Amino acid sequence: MISALPERGARVEQLIKLRRSAANHFVTLLAVVSTVIVLAPLIAILGYLIYKGGSSLNLAFFTHVPAPVGQPGGGMANAIVGSGVILGIASAIGVPLGIAAGVYLAEYGRGGVLGSAVRFTADVLNGVPSIVMGIAAYGLIVLKQHHFSALAGGVALAIMMVPTITRTTEEMLATVPHALREAALGLGIPRWRTILSVSLRTATPGIITGCMLAFARVAGETAPLLFTAFGNQFWSFNVNQPIAALPLQIFVYAVSPYDEWHRLAWAGALVLIALIMVSVTLVRLYASRGEIKGGH
Amino acid sequence: MGVDIRVENLNAWYGQVHTLKDVSLHISANQATALIGPSGCGKSTFVRCLNRMHETNPIARAEGSVRMGEIDIYRDATPVEIRRRVGMVFQRPNPFPSMSIYDNVASGLKLNGYRKRRVLDEVVERSLKQAALWDEVKDDLKKKSGASISGGQQQRLCIARALAVDPEVLLMDEPASALDPVSTAKIEDLIFELKCQYTIVIVTHNMQQAARVAERTGFFLMGKLVEFDATDKLFTNPTDKRTEDYITGRFG
Amino acid sequence: MSQLSPVTLPTPEVNSGGKRAESVAAAEPAPPSEIRKFLQTRSTSRLADGSFRGLMLLAAFSLFVIIALIVWMLVVNSKLSIHAFGWHFFTGRQWDPVGGSFGALPFIYGTVVSSLLAVAIAVPLSLCVAIFVLDICPQPLRGPIAFLTELLAAIPSVVYGLWAVFVLVPIVRDNVGPVLEKSFGWTGFFAEPNFGVGMLTASVVLAIMIFPVICSISRDVMRAVPIHQREAALALGATRWEMIRIGVLRNARLGIVGAVILGLGRALGETMAVTMVIGNHPDIVKNLFNPAYTLASVIANEFTEATGDLYLSALIEIGLVLFVVTIVVNAIARLLVWAVTRGDSTRAA
Repeated sequence: MISALPERGARVEQLIKLRRSAANHFVTLLAVVSTVIVLAPLIAILGYLIYKGGSSLNLAFFTHVPAPVGQPGGGMANAIVGSGVILGIASAIGVPLGIAAGVYLAEYGRGGVLGSAVRFTADVLNGVPSIVMGIAAYGLIVLKQHHFSALAGGVALAIMMVPTITRTTEEMLATVPHALREAALGLGIPRWRTILSVSLRTATPGIITGCMLAFARVAGETAPLLFTAFGNQFWSFNVNQPIAALPLQIFVYAVSPYDEWHRLAWAGALVLIALIMVSVTLVRLYASRGEIKGGH
Repeated sequence: MGVDIRVENLNAWYGQVHTLKDVSLHISANQATALIGPSGCGKSTFVRCLNRMHETNPIARAEGSVRMGEIDIYRDATPVEIRRRVGMVFQRPNPFPSMSIYDNVASGLKLNGYRKRRVLDEVVERSLKQAALWDEVKDDLKKKSGASISGGQQQRLCIARALAVDPEVLLMDEPASALDPVSTAKIEDLIFELKCQYTIVIVTHNMQQAARVAERTGFFLMGKLVEFDATDKLFTNPTDKRTEDYITGRFG
Repeated sequence: MSQLSPVTLPTPEVNSGGKRAESVAAAEPAPPSEIRKFLQTRSTSRLADGSFRGLMLLAAFSLFVIIALIVWMLVVNSKLSIHAFGWHFFTGRQWDPVGGSFGALPFIYGTVVSSLLAVAIAVPLSLCVAIFVLDICPQPLRGPIAFLTELLAAIPSVVYGLWAVFVLVPIVRDNVGPVLEKSFGWTGFFAEPNFGVGMLTASVVLAIMIFPVICSISRDVMRAVPIHQREAALALGATRWEMIRIGVLRNARLGIVGAVILGLGRALGETMAVTMVIGNHPDIVKNLFNPAYTLASVIANEFTEATGDLYLSALIEIGLVLFVVTIVVNAIARLLVWAVTRGDSTRAA
């Protein structure tokens, strides 16, 4: 039987080789197909948005408030402005707090227990669903004031921005070489001035990037606004009153039974996406340029 | 214009590691003093103790007496005050990349609150000329960032930055070790000229460099100051056998 | 000591020194003592340093304050419901606002099933795409594809929901639904009635939404595998797939599990897109076409309509459950990812 073995052995070997090669090709095919499958919804969503939203987009969209139910025309001007107000409040609270907390973590809290606890808390907060943030803001502000308000919405978004900006600021400051701090301290520049004028200044491009990313993220949030800002069919600039917001309006219109409102929802979604995409792309461009500049 | 430094029984620790053991020496004013020794012998630590920079490390500790002129820098002044009188140039050039050349040189003054434009302009020009960098950058003072010039130029920029605050002492921790020979030569020339105005302490791995620029040289080994003498005496007729071994290349 | 001249002493060049000294002396306009005097009068800045540090510390503390407030808000306001229902809250199947009895089981069911289904759909796709981008994809395409994945992650939930309502729901109702019913109807998972809105549609949308997270973290984890593992596999004669399987996946296993759990955490808390296509009916049935209800959706839909303190308290208790569950899941995920990539987990946010 010994003479038969090498022959069979060779055949078996060939079969194994074929199987391995087939498996390899199959997985390659799978990977390519998966990528296509996954990118398809993206293209579909964006395409659909442009198609349905673009046709409904006109000047009136940006200048008018919603028309009464059933009537054509109208726009989401109040929602766009309202989003601006809410995001303004959120940024005014969230950005300084976040950057300052990030400064603490990077410059004072490198090794200690307190620093680790803050870092851990920030990471935990980043994973909390946004609707829970809305509940917190509801309890804090809406319950106390007995009415919905732009302020409550702003606070809800602010507490979402703080942990994100804290971590990105810390990360960016950590990339500032220690040698720069030493140079400044060696010149007799006090520690606080060193942090402000050397560490922060060198890390500025990265920190701005982090803030813009956090901003883009909360700009599209709806859930926390459902029972804080609440929404408003009319113009409102009062921080203590319910206010319209773009994502909120899109939601309300999308689930409504009116075609006219559906049309507006598509247009609103297109505007929202456009703003967010612009921010994300700007961030990417700015970040890559900033890295090259800051290095040498 | 410089000031002399008297060190007595200086001991330093990084955490539990005893890095400097009972170091005592007298650095004369308006002279260049070189410190040589193998890696890890404590010469960099010693120099950082002279402007209290080792304190920036939270686990660092120092005991002993360091007197600059009349004051004890540990007991009679704060670190910030000392560092305004003592300039430091580091091994790797570290200009501030987010500031222009002008702002880099002026940073010691501007970031301490000095505002007078005209004086700042003069100080920047003077310092850059002292550092032999003026001619190369005078047209781009505010246009180029501190990090966009070559390595040798960056180090001279750092020297100008240190000189701009008109220190009494200039500490240099292996200032030319990261540079090419041409830049190294330029910096050695600089030190040679500056030493008549300031007290210079230079740490170096390069014995020829010490021989070229310094009047006195100290040899450190494992945290102890083994020998401290006039440079030519140390190199041609060292008293301690360990010094002789190091100089002849038997170790280090 | 012996007479050694190991170092030849170069004679200092006096001439060049002298020349330079001239230019230095000529450029001395400002009297140095003014600078020295100025610097001596500057404060020691102990107070400024302390205040600055104190300010930054306060800001860092704000994170503790935020989470404390959230926890406090949730716990205090759900006390009513906790006292009223106790553990039956989690086993009760009746969500009856009118009658005043609240059982959260349908929502737990809806959340868990939709999330698990979403993960089941997203994970194979994510891994395949991650492998594609890392190993198979030609170099110039890598950047654009990564960018497109990032774009997917940037689309807000409500826009996904909008698209799902008008595009996905009709597809599930009219095209995919009948096919699935005919082929797999016998399992009981695909049966009438099929309105398009329901568990399946919601799971598909969720899968699309959590895909970018799982994919990018898996990619990071796989990239963190030392290159010599791949080279070792190739040196043994492995095909590309075998090299990936043996050299990369095996080592990145833990991190990939972490990525999956992170995706699960996202899915659990997702609100808007799910609310728009899940049908919002607290049913517990096998049929995937049946409408369902999730923890996040019931809060979103009924919070502003809640009449009475007990109703609101029940909703807030649901919020508390959501909070605790997502924290635990995310903590586990981060631990796993951190263990593999050694601290790069901040990019997961």
